[in-house]
Amino acid sequence: MSKTFSKDDNSVVVIVGSGAGGGTLADELTREGVDVVILEAGKHHTQEDFENDEWAMFAKISWLDKRISAGGWHHTETYPNLPAWIVKGVGGSTMHWSGLALRFMAHEFKTLSTYGKVPGANVLDWPISYEELAPYYEIAERKMGVAGTKASGLPPMPPNNHYKVIEAGARKIGYKDIVRPVASNTRPNDGRPACQQIGYCMQGCKIGAKWSTLYSEIPRAMKTGHAELRPQSMVLRIEHDSSGKATGVLYADKDGNQHLQKARVVCVAGNSIESPRLLLNSASSMFPNGLANSSGQVGRNYMNHTTAAALTINPGPVYMYRGFDIAAVVSDEVPNNPDRGFMGGYHLEGLALHLPFAAAFMKPGGWGREVSSALEKFDHMSCVWVCGEDLAQEENSITLHATEKDQHGLPIPIVTKTDHTNDAAMRRHGLAQWRKLSEAVGATRVIDMPPYPASHNMGTNRMSEKASDGVVNKWGQTHDIKNLFVSDGSQFTSSGAANPTLTIVALAIRQAEYIAGAMRRREL
Amino acid sequence: MNDDQHQSPPAQGMRVPEKRIAVSRRAFLKGSGLAAAGVTALSAGSLMVPAREALAASFTHLGPGVGKTLLVMARDIFPHDKISDRFYMLAIEPYDAAAAKDPALAKLIGDGIAQLDALATAQFGKPYAEVPTETERLTLLYTIEHGAFFQKIKGDMVTGFYNNKAVWPLFGEEGSSWEKGGYVDRGFDDLDWLPKA
Repeated sequence: MSKTFSKDDNSVVVIVGSGAGGGTLADELTREGVDVVILEAGKHHTQEDFENDEWAMFAKISWLDKRISAGGWHHTETYPNLPAWIVKGVGGSTMHWSGLALRFMAHEFKTLSTYGKVPGANVLDWPISYEELAPYYEIAERKMGVAGTKASGLPPMPPNNHYKVIEAGARKIGYKDIVRPVASNTRPNDGRPACQQIGYCMQGCKIGAKWSTLYSEIPRAMKTGHAELRPQSMVLRIEHDSSGKATGVLYADKDGNQHLQKARVVCVAGNSIESPRLLLNSASSMFPNGLANSSGQVGRNYMNHTTAAALTINPGPVYMYRGFDIAAVVSDEVPNNPDRGFMGGYHLEGLALHLPFAAAFMKPGGWGREVSSALEKFDHMSCVWVCGEDLAQEENSITLHATEKDQHGLPIPIVTKTDHTNDAAMRRHGLAQWRKLSEAVGATRVIDMPPYPASHNMGTNRMSEKASDGVVNKWGQTHDIKNLFVSDGSQFTSSGAANPTLTIVALAIRQAEYIAGAMRRREL
Repeated sequence: MNDDQHQSPPAQGMRVPEKRIAVSRRAFLKGSGLAAAGVTALSAGSLMVPAREALAASFTHLGPGVGKTLLVMARDIFPHDKISDRFYMLAIEPYDAAAAKDPALAKLIGDGIAQLDALATAQFGKPYAEVPTETERLTLLYTIEHGAFFQKIKGDMVTGFYNNKAVWPLFGEEGSSWEKGGYVDRGFDDLDWLPKA
């Protein structure tokens, strides 16, 4: 029983985006009886639309509006107009996400205290601790059905071939902390079926075993009668009154017609490129540098994890794509150990590719027998993705193009990223460890790959204790505008070494509790 | 054609699909020009290779010469000795119709081949597609690999060739699985060659 709200209804909470942050927030707020309008830029796909086809789904669900890669990173060459690989559609990137639900470690919330001042970086402690977030991690793991966790009670995901070959190599070189907390049902749960080891998890789970707000949180919010979902509604700017309070949002519908939706509270959850872009595009005479930007940190400190990937040719067949896309995840390198030559740590995450993506990402631009001879052993391959801490740097940023505009007339975003020396050292270490792990089980060839377009985008509206250091406080509430919140990964003060989704969900649950309480107390 | 038997320990328990392509008789006849009645499945290596000229004849707009040159180039870019020409042809034949509608593309291909053939003639006394060894042809391709023509053909080949479902079996890629119930009962956990811990 979906509800319709008037555009003049200024009692609603407007949520911009319907992914891990926005979708969760909608679910949690409507549970508390709060009315929400969800504005989603992309289309409303259903599982009917999902295909076991990498390129077909890439074309169908990716955010392909033009963006520019800038700075010193590899993407300026390899993916000049695709800095990030995220989704435009209801459910956002929870359609594409791998399902890996890792928690941050305690020290990753306290990077400045742990690492000290790092030259060239802008590291800062979060205004919250692991202990404060832990209860929300529990709720998130239960909500999402993270297999193998106490919170969900779901059994672990059964090992597939890809898991076994990585685990064996990891143990041989002395690794012990091998995990696989994945948000996919290992038995029917929450109205969704058990995983059938289909693979193609990142192309949208065909049966809905893997958690996504598309078929979990969004429909649940709609059923309460407190939510309206408007797909293909691109928010162009956030409006405010003369007191500086947010009053609503201006958005364009699928035909390009513009509408103003009034709001009591505005929550921005458009991922770490669109969220700061929206705040910057909302500049006004009162806020000439963009909304909530008194610190100058909106769009700054862009992080997308220190990543690398590699394909290994094993002595026997693996068929890495059979079964859940995430294989064994090695966590031994996550603790901070500066003796390795870098701050922070990383995960080695087994992550399966099918042949078309293996061909596309193995050596972008590469050709000849170096490439084709490796691909002839596709069935013998295992594949790792290194996911490590990316230190915040002010110059890594989302900025607006001076002249080039998108289909709505808004400046297109420039995504600038340059490695810190810490990133480069960590990447080398991760790839070297993967090589050792692979050779321990008899690998005949290991091919290092450059980073993929970034799927983990973080930090561009970061949390801070002091208003001068960041954009939002410990509730995700902007320091400058009381009824304006940020509800996605752009809140992250540090990137940690964990895939961000679980933390985004935990923060959104906690934020919803705060917003609902503040509304009841009439503070908002 | 299963190359695992040469380099891999025997995989007794694993479900190892044969690396071959099932071909319907009709498609086979059409593709090969052979009257091989009753043959329904063939390993790739045993497919009779039709003459390049016959395949290139499908280039009615750009002409068979261009078709043949692109075919040789496609093979040199991603060489798989066990895969027959017709799968490479599938990747490049869309250029003929596209170039008919897109003069810029036609010019890119025309100029690109003219440059490549000029280099080949200067160095080896014959056009690129007639240069007999891969090693010699590669020296020519290295000369042009950063140019727009080569980049275009190579870039399109990544999807035009490797995203063609017809070649997937030759790589051990099993493709869409949801309609088969996934791999829960089809070998997601049947790896058997690891030494016991």
